[in-house]
Amino acid sequence: MIRARGLEKRYGRRRVLAGVDIAVPSGGFAVVTGPNGSGKTTLLRVIVGLAAPSRGSLEVDADRAQVGYLAHEPLVYRELTALENLDLFGRLYRVTQRRERAGMLLERFGLWDARNERVSTYSRGMTQRLALCRTLLHDPELVLLDEPHSALDAEGAELLDRELEALAGSRTVVVATHDPQRLGSLASVGIALA
Amino acid sequence: MTYLADVAALTRKDLRVELRARDTLPAMLLFVVSVLVVFHFALPEGTGDDAAYGLLWVAIVFTALLGLARAWVPEQEHGVLDGLVLAPSDRSAIWLGKTLATLAFLLTAQAVALPAFVLFFAPLDATALAGVLLADIGICAVGSLMAAMAAASRSREVLLPLLVLPLAIPLVVGGVGAAISPDGQRYLLLLALYDGVFAVLSWASFEYVVTE
Amino acid sequence: MSTATIRSLPGLAALSAVLMGSAIAFALIVAPEDADQGISQRIFYIHVPIALTSYFCFGLGAWKALNLLWRGDQRYDLESYVAIHQGTIFGALTLITGSIWARASWGVWWTWSSNQLVLFLVLFLFYCAYFMLRFSVEEGPRRARSSAVYALFGVVLIPISFLAIRLAEDFIHPTVFTREGPNMTATMFATFCVSWAAVTLLAYLLYRVELAGKRLDADLRELREALQ
Repeated sequence: MIRARGLEKRYGRRRVLAGVDIAVPSGGFAVVTGPNGSGKTTLLRVIVGLAAPSRGSLEVDADRAQVGYLAHEPLVYRELTALENLDLFGRLYRVTQRRERAGMLLERFGLWDARNERVSTYSRGMTQRLALCRTLLHDPELVLLDEPHSALDAEGAELLDRELEALAGSRTVVVATHDPQRLGSLASVGIALA
Repeated sequence: MTYLADVAALTRKDLRVELRARDTLPAMLLFVVSVLVVFHFALPEGTGDDAAYGLLWVAIVFTALLGLARAWVPEQEHGVLDGLVLAPSDRSAIWLGKTLATLAFLLTAQAVALPAFVLFFAPLDATALAGVLLADIGICAVGSLMAAMAAASRSREVLLPLLVLPLAIPLVVGGVGAAISPDGQRYLLLLALYDGVFAVLSWASFEYVVTE
Repeated sequence: MSTATIRSLPGLAALSAVLMGSAIAFALIVAPEDADQGISQRIFYIHVPIALTSYFCFGLGAWKALNLLWRGDQRYDLESYVAIHQGTIFGALTLITGSIWARASWGVWWTWSSNQLVLFLVLFLFYCAYFMLRFSVEEGPRRARSSAVYALFGVVLIPISFLAIRLAEDFIHPTVFTREGPNMTATMFATFCVSWAAVTLLAYLLYRVELAGKRLDADLRELREALQ
């Protein structure tokens, strides 16, 4: 569950978010839309706790361990392999049987063969797939995805769509996207930023 | 226990990244040896050992700064620091892991630089070496926090030395004192006090500089 | 800041002027001439209160910083900044008056043998770095927190630097000038107290004025935005 009223975020004189109201029930699937620079990324960063709101109230009923966040950047080490990255984050997230879990996700996102290669050798699309694995590694209750389809090829996008379908209903999901058609019928809540 | 396991995992990760990228340690090694050679020409004949000890400390502080400037680069690429901060583990473990990794690089650089110093300039006794070790701990503890602060600024390369140098002055006093004073123990005490106080302060403050 | 507290500022300014006037009168006329140092000793009545006030401002800045970190209230950021700003101004004045005093009593503009002066030089550099930090980080909670942490490091650095500088005397300059005059007479002590009160009140006034100005500025900005 996420509830925000009059959410505002400003950096000095620059106002990035102005008076946003949100209500996403548990198990809801929210889609955040808006043109470039409308604050989609900032809204997600505020919800996840990386940025503090300047004004307004925000309630998120999930602690850090239960939140999965796919950021604009992949949040993985360039000089580590996919497996090493997931192992490190699995440890920090206290994932039980993290090697099995990591292996399963890498398999599911088509990265198993590249598991022992450094992220610096990955293409943008592969890095995005790994970032998705990292986001879902600890089986989060609340999943926040910032432009998840970016850089993915047709196959990757299809894998992601299947993943989103599985998440819808059982998890609370917030997706920021400039292409809401892609998510079609999954969305139960719309948040339009101007 | 999980705390220490987190710290160990984070430190190991830094060592592994460095082993692969080789961005920091070779630069520190080359820098500190080059500085010692420059000192030979900067120290006129007959200036004595004391001046050499003083310059050794300049070399140590600037080598540490070189390592610290690169300390958070792996986390800045791909925004990994956000990922670490979001994890439910204690955030101070991130600081401690980075401090230990930076300390390991600095000690490795000194494993070459100190014998070179003895060869080129003057002997170092046990008190002087203890001074080096204690000062290393202090500068890495404070420096990795300051480097995280500087990393979030526009002028990080310029800002870091400005933030760290005033804080490093007691370390230089302690290190030089331990090397040249007949009563070196007092200086080791100063260094130990510095390490204790500033390590706790840095440990407690880290969470605040990486969150809002 | 409410208008009532701003209205109290002119009164405070008048009181500060009166107190400062009497402090100068005390220092120049009432206090007896020092037997050893003559007239130059009279700068003591300005130099030492300024130094103490500077410490006090740094301490206040750190206290506000601690409050910011503890309670998360953003208004402490401005208060901490203003206190440190005043502390740095008084720190610079300490360096200047100390330099004048060194010139009068030892014939040099700078001496490394005065621990107090060396400490202020270190602190001056430290707090200049504080301003560099603030200017190079984007305004917002992140900057407030980093500045607060740095301000806290400052007050811890003061005693440790002092200790280090005392210890460094051994190997940096074995011959030490001393500035310990005879014990203060009652009149001297009274003069010192008046000066101290005057300088403290002046610092407090400047702190309040700067804070009021900065807050008015922010309020005005917000009003302008609301009207757009």
